[in-house]
Amino acid sequence: MEQLTVVLTGLIFLMGLMVPFLRRLFKSYTGRILALVPFALFATLTFIFFTLPDETSRLVDTGFGFLPEMGFSFRIDGLSLIFGMMVSGIGGLVLGYSSFYMAKYAGRTKFYFFLVLFMGGMLGLVFADNLMALFIFWEITSITSFFLIGFDHDKEKPRQAAMQALLLTAFGGLCLLFAVIMIGDMAGTYSLSELYTRGFRFGAHSNYYLVFLLIFVAVTTKSAQFPFHFWLPGAMNAPTPVSAYLHSATMVNAGIFLLLRLNPILGGTVVWKTVFVLTGGITMFLGAFYSLGQKDLKRILAFTTISALGTMVLLIGMNSTASIQAALIFFIVHGLYKGGLFMMAGIIDKNTGTRDIDKLAGLLRSMPVTSIAGILALLSMSGLPPMLGFIGKELIYDAKIQMPELSWLVIPLGVAANMIMVAISLWVFYEIFLKPKYKQPVSLKHPEHELPGNFLAGPVALALVGLVLGMFPGWLEDTMSNAMYFIQSETIDVHLSLWHGFNQVLLLSIFTVAMGVVIFLFRKPVGSLVNIIIRWTDQYHLPERFNRLIKNYLSLAGRQTNRIQHGYHRYYLITFFTVTFALVIYQLIRLKGPWIPADEAGPVRMHVVMVLAFSLLAVIFAVFTRSRLSAIVAMGVLGYGISVFYMFYGAVDLAITQFLVETIVMVIFVMVIYHLPHFAKLSDKRTRIRDAVIATGVGVMVTLVVLKARFINLETPVSGFFAQNSFLEGHGRNIVNVILVDFRALDTLGEITVLALAAAGVFTLLRLDLNKKGKKQMKNLVLERIVSLFLYVMVGFAIFLLIRGHNRPGGGFIAGIIAAAGFLLYAIVFGSEAVLKKLHTNPRYIIGTGLLLAFLAAIIPTFSGNPPLTGLWLSMGNIHIGTPLLFDTGVFVLVTGMIVSIITNIMDVLKWNS
Amino acid sequence: MELIIAIFIGLLYACGVYLLLRRSIVKLILGVFVLSNATNLIIFLSGGIQRSGISFIGEQAEKASLESMTDPLPQALVLTAIVISLGISAYILALKYKYFEKTGTHDLDQLSKTDQK
Repeated sequence: MEQLTVVLTGLIFLMGLMVPFLRRLFKSYTGRILALVPFALFATLTFIFFTLPDETSRLVDTGFGFLPEMGFSFRIDGLSLIFGMMVSGIGGLVLGYSSFYMAKYAGRTKFYFFLVLFMGGMLGLVFADNLMALFIFWEITSITSFFLIGFDHDKEKPRQAAMQALLLTAFGGLCLLFAVIMIGDMAGTYSLSELYTRGFRFGAHSNYYLVFLLIFVAVTTKSAQFPFHFWLPGAMNAPTPVSAYLHSATMVNAGIFLLLRLNPILGGTVVWKTVFVLTGGITMFLGAFYSLGQKDLKRILAFTTISALGTMVLLIGMNSTASIQAALIFFIVHGLYKGGLFMMAGIIDKNTGTRDIDKLAGLLRSMPVTSIAGILALLSMSGLPPMLGFIGKELIYDAKIQMPELSWLVIPLGVAANMIMVAISLWVFYEIFLKPKYKQPVSLKHPEHELPGNFLAGPVALALVGLVLGMFPGWLEDTMSNAMYFIQSETIDVHLSLWHGFNQVLLLSIFTVAMGVVIFLFRKPVGSLVNIIIRWTDQYHLPERFNRLIKNYLSLAGRQTNRIQHGYHRYYLITFFTVTFALVIYQLIRLKGPWIPADEAGPVRMHVVMVLAFSLLAVIFAVFTRSRLSAIVAMGVLGYGISVFYMFYGAVDLAITQFLVETIVMVIFVMVIYHLPHFAKLSDKRTRIRDAVIATGVGVMVTLVVLKARFINLETPVSGFFAQNSFLEGHGRNIVNVILVDFRALDTLGEITVLALAAAGVFTLLRLDLNKKGKKQMKNLVLERIVSLFLYVMVGFAIFLLIRGHNRPGGGFIAGIIAAAGFLLYAIVFGSEAVLKKLHTNPRYIIGTGLLLAFLAAIIPTFSGNPPLTGLWLSMGNIHIGTPLLFDTGVFVLVTGMIVSIITNIMDVLKWNS
Repeated sequence: MELIIAIFIGLLYACGVYLLLRRSIVKLILGVFVLSNATNLIIFLSGGIQRSGISFIGEQAEKASLESMTDPLPQALVLTAIVISLGISAYILALKYKYFEKTGTHDLDQLSKTDQK
């Protein structure tokens, strides 16, 4: 059964990712189909709920780890069951509800995608046994809720609200990460189960206060506690199903959950009690107070949510058995009634087109089902029997009375907040369900009986659950006891009943209700008084302040960036070079040891020195020449010189490649250069001298580094392995080629991808705004025959080089360039159009084919259970055919395609035809 | 010989850096070109140049020792680097062409102004 929770949670993630396909498959039924999975999970959890023995937790390995040493297990105990059931149950209802509510919205795929992923994240958070996993899921909820709150992203307000929520919760998430790392560091484990069984308590640890502060920020931002509460009303910009979900049982309750989870490890200290009691108390009262001044139904609910979250933080902060018990019950109570009320608000909004309580009236008659569900939820909110809310409030009062230290503060605040809850419930009830004389009843767009069942099912189901649990609270006792055992680390028998006898608590309740009625009766003066106070506090309007803070920060960053990022290319380089120079020289001076090896230096070969000297002269000439063509030719001399150098030192493949590349680059250079201006003398003498000094410095530095680097061999070179194994395992005698296509094929794969990108870059750069144009073509049959023949010879030669490249000089790169050189010649004679004709296809497809072949060679070995890119060989006598050859073919095709593509593009754009 | 090559590389770097610091974009491209060649040489040199045999396994042999041949690993690294430099050169040239076409200048200092809104 426990395994099933893992499977179903995984399935929720999977469904989330597959939403785009499911939407196509199920059309408007998507929401209802998606709801099946959370309902199944809910059923599973219910079964476990009734069968889980006291004082046991189940750990289910998911077989899935973020990191090798960081397994990710599901922890199933009373606490995660209660939260998991709320998350999945309300989640299913919300999805069913959405399928009607969102029916006319654009972007439903996106909506379901993020909503379902959010649900998965929330479930992962609740069930995670590993604190690191908990953090990751915490972040998933932050990010997905960002997209949900900002769903109407074409309007500014939702965007801003989403940004605010993200900035705050992500900041909290960062704090959580640090806290988790510190806890893991202190305990040596990230596993909650291990932390629990080993009985860690960090209250006396020297780092406790830092961890506490980090957790405090994480919880207060996520659970919208004062002074970070302001993002929550803004989040009302989200579509109503999102509000119903985020603010009833999920998102904002993640902070509550975290507190309960960490209570055994971090809770119970003086600072824990004082800080959370105060924060919770203030939030509880402020939320309730602000709700009095609102007209928008959703905003009223948002502020009561803040108040409820404050209550829970307060209760957890009090840290007594009674208070934790009350917090758990109140979480269930609040989830049930708040989910129902939000959905009710959505139904009313859809049906009447307004959420303004001043405009709504007489809904009891026109929408009886919605109204009765709503009234039951309101009863629960005001803490009246026979709803579960009554039991919750009685427990809260009980806990507050029992609290020794701060009861003088907590009781008045709590009673005041509850009075307001009673009053606001009455107010909403009176204004929208009854029909006051001064109001016109609003007209309905759809009569209620025309609404689909699943639209009404949410609020009705939640109201009924609240009612049934209120009458039979005994059902919750076992699981509550289990949860309490793990939160308080002691055995506690939970007893719940509707009737507690006539006592202090009941007296307080009666007083609360009476005062609530009084506030309701004087709602006009109370309302205007509240509004005056709200207007007065609006000058400290926190969302505005927060926005301004962010804006100031950004402009500071902007100014700073402008100073550093001045836009002058040369000064960046100068900064870069001088800093590197200073650092490297400093390090070189600190290093000891010889500079020039006396014994192992290779003999000076005069012919090599001549080549180098000649190349150097060419470069120096290129630096000072004013002629573009001469500069290019000089570059060619350098390239060929280096090619010869490679040849002298036995690097045949290198020499060939360098030679070919040099040639093609020069051709491309010459093609482009005539479309560019002449060199002009742009710098004055002083800059030239400055640049020369810097350049000399860099040159000296590089020389020293090259000399020094030869003495620092930290690791044994792997080259020996290649020399030993390239024939035996790679079936190739050309070691360089075997390295490229077999031993280090992954690198090569990356590099040819870069080549493909370069070709794509050239294409987009040159072709972006180019119109098709007519071409004149040269006709010369004899010449065409000869050049065609030459092309075929080149391509044939290239294929020959490709095949033999494994054993002798050659290989995909060289072959590719040679084939391309054939096409280049053809293009120069007949124009780029003719090349494309000859190819019968676009060079882009050739590039794609090459990349595909290489990836194919990479993937094929995985079918036989090998890691990607393993060389598989088929030997027939002396002939070996294998995937590395396929890989090399891919390289060949890609290189050919790339060069041909670049050249034809350049020729087209520069009108090099004819 | 190492000393000579090291100095050669240093001089190439000096020329390359000097070219990079020019305001003309064409010179800048030449600079990149010189630097990439010089860097390839450094990598090649890191394998050592005392031995200069071809890095192949003989016709009859099954394995080879590094005693006589040039280190094959830097060769493999440099080989792809050379081909990539071809791709990069083509890309920079295309970029430069487009840049010149759009702005009508090849003075890098002019570019800093279009950078800011």
